[in-house]
Amino acid sequence: MPPAGTPATTEATIEAGRIRRNWLLAAPALALLLIGASGPLLIVLVYSFLEPGDYSGVIWKFTPRAWFEIFLKRDIFDGTLGVADAHLTIFWRSVRLSLLTTLITILLGFPTAWFIATRPRSQRALWLFLITIPFWTNLLIRTFAIMEVIRNQGVLNTVLLQAGLIAEPIQILYTDTAVLIGMTYVYLPLMVLPLYAAIDRFDFRLAEAGYDLYASRLQVLRRVILPLVRPGLIAGSILVFVPSLGAYVTPRVLGGGKNMMIGNFIELQFGQGRNWPLGAALSMLLLLIVMAALLFYVRVSGRENPHG
Amino acid sequence: MVPPSLQPAAGPSETPRIAVEARNASKAFGQGDALTRALDDVSVAIRKGEFFTLLGPSGCGKTTLLRLIAGFDTPTGGSILLNGRDITADPPNRRPVNTVFQSYALFPHLTVLQNIRFGLDMLGRKRAEADARAAEMLALVRLEGFASRRTAQLSGGQQQRVALARALAPEPEVLLLDEPLSALDLKLRKEMQRELKRLQRETGITFVFVTHDQEEALTMSDRIGVMRGGRILQIGPPREIYNQPANRFVADFIGETNFLDGEVGAIAGDTATIELAAGSVTVRSAGLDRGQKVTLAIRPEQVRIGEAEGLPAVVTGNVYFGTDTHCHLELSGGAGVVARLQSAADDATPLGEGTAVRVSFTPGSVQVLAD
Repeated sequence: MPPAGTPATTEATIEAGRIRRNWLLAAPALALLLIGASGPLLIVLVYSFLEPGDYSGVIWKFTPRAWFEIFLKRDIFDGTLGVADAHLTIFWRSVRLSLLTTLITILLGFPTAWFIATRPRSQRALWLFLITIPFWTNLLIRTFAIMEVIRNQGVLNTVLLQAGLIAEPIQILYTDTAVLIGMTYVYLPLMVLPLYAAIDRFDFRLAEAGYDLYASRLQVLRRVILPLVRPGLIAGSILVFVPSLGAYVTPRVLGGGKNMMIGNFIELQFGQGRNWPLGAALSMLLLLIVMAALLFYVRVSGRENPHG
Repeated sequence: MVPPSLQPAAGPSETPRIAVEARNASKAFGQGDALTRALDDVSVAIRKGEFFTLLGPSGCGKTTLLRLIAGFDTPTGGSILLNGRDITADPPNRRPVNTVFQSYALFPHLTVLQNIRFGLDMLGRKRAEADARAAEMLALVRLEGFASRRTAQLSGGQQQRVALARALAPEPEVLLLDEPLSALDLKLRKEMQRELKRLQRETGITFVFVTHDQEEALTMSDRIGVMRGGRILQIGPPREIYNQPANRFVADFIGETNFLDGEVGAIAGDTATIELAAGSVTVRSAGLDRGQKVTLAIRPEQVRIGEAEGLPAVVTGNVYFGTDTHCHLELSGGAGVVARLQSAADDATPLGEGTAVRVSFTPGSVQVLAD
């Protein structure tokens, strides 16, 4: 029998026990991640490499066809391959509308966040509370409310007609503009909140210093304020861009099914389209786009903040 | 863009030696019952090339006055003039006046060099010219070799120097300094006081310095404006402020002072007798009326302790400060007086508690303050 534990082996035993205990403590979280996140993702990835079933579901046979289908289509008459321009249109619309939504929420959100951050501290809670009120209401109901405002017999057109500013109703509903208005409305708080947090941390004396050193108001904004609230701007942009790209309800209700975005197109494949592998491949592609955006965010914000 | 300092002044300047002037400047915040007058009808003319200090306790309006000169706030009444030109309506970026902030307010996203260049860039100076000027400024504040550092990597004293270099780089007509030394420890503060004096001499720029530290004001300034409650109580050179305080507040705020309450007695020619509880003191009679209640202000170093003549008093205690000893005395009648006795090598033993002495004052050192 070896001598009872030299100091080194005792330490090693304790260390091993500590590691085992830590794994045990982390197990619920790990299990949740595995079952809730990685597992489904893996299923989607696998399905994207299978053949579609005749009525729905998949046939367990490996093929990368779904991935080609995203970009290419086979002519039903002569069988030649061509670019799937309908798909590309949907992708382009999704990216374009998401970028536009992000841009508009910045333009609207920055002054809003600035306004809140410059109120007396006691009043700010109220303003932030008002910003978050829409979150209490179901998204679908809010979207229908927007519809009620912009439809041909809606509030906006009625007011404009009554005021004599237009001769006939403007067709906004079921256009890209309607989707844009809806997404801007829904995601604006996600821009305002991180921007507010960044502006709240901003030392307003720096703006005074810039102003004192011969910078005009615009130069103070561009050279002093924007560089310093940039982390909030980037965080807000990601928070708006990512869900916009995958938006489903808003384009469905306000776009009227004609102006599909990626989210609707994916749903179509799992529903009427009966092409689960294509739907799975599209989902994975969407994920890749979002990940690319997040990587960009990490790189940009990491570079800008060397000292936290 | 033409730098503001090179723009011709509108109209002839009637007082060419005055750099910056406040005329009946007032600043009130709030309305109705909540109205606070941060600055109440203040007029002050600061001379070109002068080291002028605004001294007062916190909330006296000194920083408000500075902000009016810088242009961060607009006066609710009166005007601000620069070289005789009314600049009250000009925004800060159109005033050839730069500020050193209490918190330094260095741009954290820029390097030391970029911070110093900021004003020059905004003025549209050519790249090479701005680089040369910034390098010159770095040398002036002795921070060569720190050009590419981030400001967060600097110590408090170094940040202070960068803030100075940044504000001096565009060659302002007037440099405003808002309690710039308050965040530094005592030793560094003394060093920066000398440094500031040197910079002011070398650049010849008018400095307007704000502080609540009376010693800082006395050692650095050409002239001091003592402020309280939004008003300027007295303006003058340090010696005048110290030796001839205009009122009890100024006497009390700057240095230590003994106050003795009394009444004007007999007036004979240009001397008057002030009757105190402990006896009488003779002072110059100018401006005094018989029977008038007055307060005498006497600096501790002007109090003499003897045995033959003066007011009877008893020693109540001694406080040793190294260079000198404060001897606390009680005059007959109960008034307390402090005498500052310089420590001499051979004068080791202080007067014991309870010793009966006579107290007198250096002729001409007694200030008579009307109540």
